[in-house]
Amino acid sequence: MMRLATEEEKAQRRATRAAFGPTLAELAAEGVPVVAVDADLTGSTTTAKFAAASPENASRLFNCGIAEQNMVDVAAGLSLTGKVAFTGSFAVFGTGRAYDQIRNTVCYAGLDVKICPTHAGISVGPDGGTHQMLEDVSLMRSLPGMRVLVPADYASARGALRLAAATPGPVYVRMGRANVPAVYGEGVELELGGSCVLREGPDVTLIANGIEVDEALKAADLLAAEGIAAEVIDAYSVKPLDEESIITSLAKTGCAVVAEEHSVHGGLGSAVAEAAARLHPAPLAFVGMDDRFGKSGEFEELLAFFAMDAAAIADAAKMVMEKRA
Amino acid sequence: MDIPELEQRAQAMRADIVKMIAEAGSGHPGGSLSCIDVLAALYLGGVMAYDPADPHMAGRDRFVLAKGHAAPALYTVLAHAGFFPRGELMTLRKLGSRLQGHPDSKLCPGVEVSTGSLGQGLSIAAGTACGLRLDGNDARVFALLGDGECQEGQVWEAAMFSAHQKLGHLVAIIDNNELQIDGCIHEVCDPGDLGARFAAFGWSVTTADGHDLAALIDALSAAKADSSPQPKLVVARTVKGKGVPFMENQAGWHGKAPDAAQLQEALAALGAAQ
Repeated sequence: MMRLATEEEKAQRRATRAAFGPTLAELAAEGVPVVAVDADLTGSTTTAKFAAASPENASRLFNCGIAEQNMVDVAAGLSLTGKVAFTGSFAVFGTGRAYDQIRNTVCYAGLDVKICPTHAGISVGPDGGTHQMLEDVSLMRSLPGMRVLVPADYASARGALRLAAATPGPVYVRMGRANVPAVYGEGVELELGGSCVLREGPDVTLIANGIEVDEALKAADLLAAEGIAAEVIDAYSVKPLDEESIITSLAKTGCAVVAEEHSVHGGLGSAVAEAAARLHPAPLAFVGMDDRFGKSGEFEELLAFFAMDAAAIADAAKMVMEKRA
Repeated sequence: MDIPELEQRAQAMRADIVKMIAEAGSGHPGGSLSCIDVLAALYLGGVMAYDPADPHMAGRDRFVLAKGHAAPALYTVLAHAGFFPRGELMTLRKLGSRLQGHPDSKLCPGVEVSTGSLGQGLSIAAGTACGLRLDGNDARVFALLGDGECQEGQVWEAAMFSAHQKLGHLVAIIDNNELQIDGCIHEVCDPGDLGARFAAFGWSVTTADGHDLAALIDALSAAKADSSPQPKLVVARTVKGKGVPFMENQAGWHGKAPDAAQLQEALAALGAAQ
């Protein structure tokens, strides 16, 4: 069920968004009544690949043009006729532009709509701050009934989309544009409220999701070179959060760094802090975007510039270990 | 139900609307009274197919109340159509009631989808129409919009999409009472000639007196029967607060409950004095 990527698989960098259209096509072929609704970004989000898989699928992709509010409510209407409706667009528009539609129609009525935008975070790169959505997890996490999944790589994005389809009601799946190394082998299955301990260690816990999982694994290597054994957890299910695994690890190590390609306000870091405050108070450090917008640059440059790379996680780990009693 | 009977029923529903809002102490009488004849025509005038004993019947026509604040009108017609007991109307807006301030499809039988945030209903109806077409289901989708609601940009996204998708089985109705909270729609932010604007978006548009039940039934039935690929719009010319003289054409009665004396005056005007 859970197999880590081989070195050969890691070398094949793929974007999480690349899983979107093909996974929808796979679900449709299995008989799931999938429809996709997009907003002039079918190539970028890869919903076009869903449509291209069969003439039947082509009739089940609805392109709304550049109209994200309509996109979400058309998906809501489709769900009222028994369809499992997936919306596309970019994360900044697919959540922010359509927030009221997601809140007052999709979540309020508990509809079977899966909000699955791509191009989240600074890994969008050169398009700059307007397009680098860093608040979406916070927005979605606070909505009653919304489940939030942030997969780390292509294989887990496929798993997250399949989990979304199998979960009645609203689900948010966050995907990115950049090609990233594989963390998991093909066929990985995710669980609602699940997580994955990718590496065990007694000294410090590194909790990450999305593209920061790979950075956390690299940070663990950096720390290992200094004699620090870090535990690395992929917390792909932000809501519901796997509190049990996270608190178990925190009880073992006594401190944690939470790393996410998202604002430090309201995302995974906040979810972990809320759980820790209730269940096991301990020093925490947060790697993510401070109270600011992103900017143009290449993905790897931006990770370093905004202190969201492996080195930043390793530094935060050493700092938080010092705070531990 | 013949027309005189239907007219009597509409008056009885108006009385229910003012009573339930008075009982709740808050709510939206003006826009509920302006659209109740449209709802009477749809549900009680034989336009829509539905079965209150089987609210999810596959072949039912769908109705979306885009102007969700007219919930008292929708609840009243659903009660009169047999979806739930009329007595339940007096629980409007109270803790534990199925009749929330704005329609909640998780709670209230006959409510297809929750609404309340203006501008969204036409998109939801369009998506529903797309889904029915995929299923080969020839049921119709009706959506009732406010005229002030058409200031929301999303209405025009949906108008464009519906024409592009050739949703000939989608029927929008505008409750054209000319008033919104802050006053006359043309003075607040003029949406212009809404029929002409929808026509320019590729819709087939007709107009009807929104308080003439025979005319409404004709217009809505014709829109339902019309198998052309254009989505249909019926502009219903209405009077906000219709039937209660002191509320008629008064924007101030958009979202205010009558007090005890006003309720008696309203019921007397409706021939339903207690």
